[in-house]
Amino acid sequence: MSAQGPLLSVAGIEVMYSRLALVLRGLTLSVPRGGIVALLGANGAGKTTTMKAIANLLRSERGEVTKGAIHYDGARIDGLDPSDLARRGLSLVMEGRHAFSTLSVEDNLKVGAYSRSDGAVAESLERVYATFPRLKERRHQPAGLLSGGEQQMCVIGRALMARPRMILLDEPSMGLAPLLVEEIFSIMQQLNAEAGVTFLLAEQNAAVALRYATYGYLVEGGRVVREGPARALAADPEIRASYLGLDASAEADGASLAARRRPRWLS
Amino acid sequence: MGDFSFFLEVVVGGLLSGVMYTLVALGFVLIFKASGVFNFAQGAMVLFAALTFVGFLEFGLPMWAAFLLALAAMLALAVAIERTVLRPLVGQDHMILFMATIGLSIFLEGFAQLIWGTKVRGLDLGISDEPIEIGGILISQFDLSAALMAAVLVAVLSAFFSYTKVGRALRAVADDTQAAQVAGVPLGFIWAVVWGAAGFIALVAGLVWGARLGVQFALTLVALKALPVMILGGFNSIAGAIVAGLVIGVSEKLAEIYLGPFVGGGIENWFPYALAIAVLLIRPAGLFGAARIARV
Repeated sequence: MSAQGPLLSVAGIEVMYSRLALVLRGLTLSVPRGGIVALLGANGAGKTTTMKAIANLLRSERGEVTKGAIHYDGARIDGLDPSDLARRGLSLVMEGRHAFSTLSVEDNLKVGAYSRSDGAVAESLERVYATFPRLKERRHQPAGLLSGGEQQMCVIGRALMARPRMILLDEPSMGLAPLLVEEIFSIMQQLNAEAGVTFLLAEQNAAVALRYATYGYLVEGGRVVREGPARALAADPEIRASYLGLDASAEADGASLAARRRPRWLS
Repeated sequence: MGDFSFFLEVVVGGLLSGVMYTLVALGFVLIFKASGVFNFAQGAMVLFAALTFVGFLEFGLPMWAAFLLALAAMLALAVAIERTVLRPLVGQDHMILFMATIGLSIFLEGFAQLIWGTKVRGLDLGISDEPIEIGGILISQFDLSAALMAAVLVAVLSAFFSYTKVGRALRAVADDTQAAQVAGVPLGFIWAVVWGAAGFIALVAGLVWGARLGVQFALTLVALKALPVMILGGFNSIAGAIVAGLVIGVSEKLAEIYLGPFVGGGIENWFPYALAIAVLLIRPAGLFGAARIARV
């Protein structure tokens, strides 16, 4: 962690939906400047809710942060309008892609620059096209006609148009072929190394995520149950058994960990 | 006069009155498209706009000044609605927002009449209602002017949506609200713009219909004429509202002339609704509406 403290810190947040469903139960994590931090966990563990809590999207789903605080770049951000965060350099790439399907690819990207008032939008557009050449080929097509991988590139490109310092990347591998997953993740690594973009990455696919991340948190039932450097997590026998499906000798422990993992209706 | 030129005259007359329906329907479609809310108050906004315009005329202002002031009033109204009605209800069910617009409609009707009074006023836009002859067909000058105004309005709006930054953001909000917010589009501002545009449409509709019917409470009922247009065209299609308005206008006139005599006339008033019900049975999303495809 840098001397200035973490870029993002989430301190003991509780999230409640419709005033009755408690989805996050005191979740704490922090992301250092320039880091790639993975948020791992099964379906329904609370990964997406964490991302939405940071991006202030819960209100439109009748959820709210009832306890704890979220700081970004030293300032408290819970309570801001979601659109303010793009201006501060924090972008969310939502789970399930969410490209504007009726807008052309180029219009999708231009909307990403909405919060900017400088004149360098065209330049950013070219940079995104250089990163994702396939988007340039299809820039006049409606985004809804793109393949899943191209849509993922389109929404990452849209996030980049805001010139973010940090991107929250929610489940980018969902529904993509393994080769495409590697391509998306290596682009993330490249953006991290070359442009210094910080990433918080929520992933079910722990095997891939831990290869690219520097640090990881494992979420179960709305709280962090394990954390550590990515390499240590990847070597952890329990995690290997329940999330990587690698170590048969830890099966007994894995079963007890899995037994605690109940499906949840809201997350 | 030949049968055919009479037929043409009925069709053209129908097209032109259809434009008037389109004008009202557009206001609904705009708000529905951007936010999924059926704005029950659109009719009240038409009344509010027309009353405000006439009110400023009565102060002795020239027509262009009254128009600009009434437009400013509609934009201010849009901002006020966003602040006091929409913002506190973010994330609520569409039915709750719909009911809020019913409340808004009642408030606007009362508020407009509180300020400007309840008496029926005439509105003379300075366009004569004398028919003129074009190619052997008699066409109402007033209807023709109204159609031109509507065409200009649609052109201005579609240029705004297609080529401006705010217009693009507005389409993004209509497509995926949360993703647009995350991309940095402030929802409150966009909603104020949408309601402002709907207020602009209400003003134009209020002028045209007010000149036709007189500026009075009955203007709010004009909104009912827009319902079959929207059912036919689809609730979220601007092109649909235009085409369906024309179809409704032509079909009700043709039905009145050619079917009316068999059932004793008076078809015109209910024919659009019968047509709308038929469309609902065959194609519930309307001619141009997007059928909602949901993943299960």
